[in-house]
Amino acid sequence: MSTLRDLKPGERGVVVGWAGASPPTRLLEMGVLQGTEIEVVKLAPLGDPIEVKLRGYHLSLRKQEAEQIEIARAGESS
Amino acid sequence: MSEPARTPISAASAVPQPERLVALAGNPNVGKTTVFNRLTRLRQKVGNYPGVTVERKTGSMVGPDGMPITVIDVPGTYSLNPRSLDEEVAYRVLIGAIEGSRRPDLVVCLIDASNLERNLYLASQVLDLGKPTIVALNMVDAAEGAGIEIDAQKLSEELGVPVIPMVASRGEGLEELQAAICGPLPIPARRKWKLDLAVEESTHALAHRLERDLPGLSPQQRFSDALRALTQKGAAFFEVHHSPAFWSEVREAQAALDRAGVSSEQAEISGRYAWITPLTGRVVERTSLPTTALTDRIDAVLTHRVAGPLFFFLILALIFQSVFAWAGPFMDAIDGATASLGDQVGASLPQGPIRSLLIDGIIAGVGAVIIFLPQILILFFFLGLLEDTGYMARAAFIMDRIMKRVGLSGRSVVPLLSGFACAIPGVMAARTIENQRDRLVTIMVTPLMTCSARLPVYALLIGAFIPAGTLFGFLGTQGLTLLALYVLGVSFAVLAAWALKRFVIKGEQSVFVMELPPYRLPRLRDVLWRMLERSKLFLTRAGTIIFAVAIVLWFLATYPQVGSKPEIEERRAELSALLSGTSGGEPSEELQARLAELDDEQASYALSQSAMGRLGRFIEPAIAPLGYDWKIGVALIASLAAREVAVSALGTIYSMGDADETSSPLVERMRAEVNPKTGRPTWTPLVAASLTVFFVIACQCLATVAVVRRETASWRWPLFMFGYMTALAWAAAFVTYQGGRLLGFA
Repeated sequence: MSTLRDLKPGERGVVVGWAGASPPTRLLEMGVLQGTEIEVVKLAPLGDPIEVKLRGYHLSLRKQEAEQIEIARAGESS
Repeated sequence: MSEPARTPISAASAVPQPERLVALAGNPNVGKTTVFNRLTRLRQKVGNYPGVTVERKTGSMVGPDGMPITVIDVPGTYSLNPRSLDEEVAYRVLIGAIEGSRRPDLVVCLIDASNLERNLYLASQVLDLGKPTIVALNMVDAAEGAGIEIDAQKLSEELGVPVIPMVASRGEGLEELQAAICGPLPIPARRKWKLDLAVEESTHALAHRLERDLPGLSPQQRFSDALRALTQKGAAFFEVHHSPAFWSEVREAQAALDRAGVSSEQAEISGRYAWITPLTGRVVERTSLPTTALTDRIDAVLTHRVAGPLFFFLILALIFQSVFAWAGPFMDAIDGATASLGDQVGASLPQGPIRSLLIDGIIAGVGAVIIFLPQILILFFFLGLLEDTGYMARAAFIMDRIMKRVGLSGRSVVPLLSGFACAIPGVMAARTIENQRDRLVTIMVTPLMTCSARLPVYALLIGAFIPAGTLFGFLGTQGLTLLALYVLGVSFAVLAAWALKRFVIKGEQSVFVMELPPYRLPRLRDVLWRMLERSKLFLTRAGTIIFAVAIVLWFLATYPQVGSKPEIEERRAELSALLSGTSGGEPSEELQARLAELDDEQASYALSQSAMGRLGRFIEPAIAPLGYDWKIGVALIASLAAREVAVSALGTIYSMGDADETSSPLVERMRAEVNPKTGRPTWTPLVAASLTVFFVIACQCLATVAVVRRETASWRWPLFMFGYMTALAWAAAFVTYQGGRLLGFA
């Protein structure tokens, strides 16, 4: 299973689940939910955090959190 | 908490209200400030909510029939689930559970048309409260630019409340919004989204319980309160507002859901989005294929791997350059105005304590703080621009990795760097940090950044004890020393941030989840207005404390008063006789100079006998291990008002009259000073080094303490800050002095 952290800039996928105990509520409220399509836009100049695009807007989060978001890559079957 | 307005919602539209209370809610970055400023036309009041640091802004407008309307600016949040302080305040404002404020009659929920889906999350929470609500759909132009058209009529039918499309920055839709605010109160439809069944049942049971406890609440608010309580882990806020019986039922319901493996939090969020996502699909029409947005093209440069950081430092360099260059003339003007005001007051008042209090105490003391106002204004102007364009989020994005190392986040970068100009705007800029723990740590370490007020002290000490020379043929030793002092300050800030986070200010590890809003052209009026607002807060709140401190310090430096020293008077009499002897012609310049010297000597003598001089002697044992005598102690106490006062205090105590950092007589006098106890020079290079280190760290600035008091809404943190910085300064100076002696330096 890949996580959001594994996606390269320009790649997209669909959130399929959460690794770890409970997802941070803030991420859920910002619309990162199971079934949400998400695209990695770029990495920050120092490699962390990352910039993603979902539901038509841009969000940045650290790799630490991205690692917890399980992703089915576009075109992959989960 | 008693609720003053218990009228059922349905009756509210029938009974004419004497005054209408309107709450303006919305996500961050949706143009809420612009709408608020335009609605109220800047008839605003800014303050804090009781006991907390969240800014409270209210404004007034008048309806067509003369109905007075008060608009409350609700803090911009993504959710009403009271986890952060902003969210708690937002929820309390909306349900009327804020001290000194009643329940709003109407809520205006501002949403961003170009980001409809996520904005509807907050809107759905607002609608659940069952209050009359209007949805203002802002930035429809940006949405159209992105190829999105929203059917406002259809959205209104779906949400069951009026929807007003607008472009607030251009004033479009403003009249319609004003008319709607003054019009009949629309009652929202019932909740349409579905909760997980188990959570729904628990929430209903809790809402039923609330019906018995608080029959005055509307059924919608009962459900909303019950859901808020159920999804909260440590909801201190609800414990205050609801009965213990209710609260124990909440605990039971939470435990039952936990056992069933159901997360009420996730159930609420996914339930809302399950309603919002298809709804968005029904009201949004894509008019064109999405092209690369302008924001993406700008970001291709501004957050580029190489160009991004370069641009970031370029922007900072430009800002600080302008802060220094532009503020300079204004600061000189204020300095001049303070001096001439002092002269004028001096000319119109007879010699005596009142005159001295006015000139040396109040005018000089307050002037020493107001002099920072130009820097603060300019810095706030630029910070406002960075915020309103959306660049602030990019700066945080670029710097987060580095800041994370010391336990902070990218959000702390700008406040910390502002501290290089002056800690006061830096501390105030920390407001943009969402996480309260990060914000507090940032505030606590910002005063360690080398501010411009330390420069006069550094200049004096470096000029006196670091020989001008070059290293490797091109690096000036004095300049290098100055650079080293800046680096020392930053190092201590990093160290302190790490230690505070580790040992003092504990809490949950912050999750860095930050929106990168689209770049927007800022509205100059909003930026200027906020700049003035914040500067006014600095002047009024910090000013009152500084005013009091200036008076206290003056008393300490003036009383108890001693008469003239007899031998000085004898010499003055001799000189006067000589002067009158040279009748007719101009009194010789030499005699005049010797008279002035006597005045300085008298001033030095008076200061040494004053309470401050005694305090200096009193603290001498504590500062002797740092290599200081009581005279330096007096300078340290005097510099509590502001660091640069240390220079003039040394000038007075070494009877050099009005000294400044470039006055060579003061430097000569310091070098010649001999410690009567040891018979050796007081001012060795090692003492100077020790004193410099002390000034790098110590919190010798009561204006900063006053601002931290304001920003943290308690005396606890400013006192802690003063304490830890002074202790750290003492320890570092001790290590410098004693370590230097061990190494064989004099």
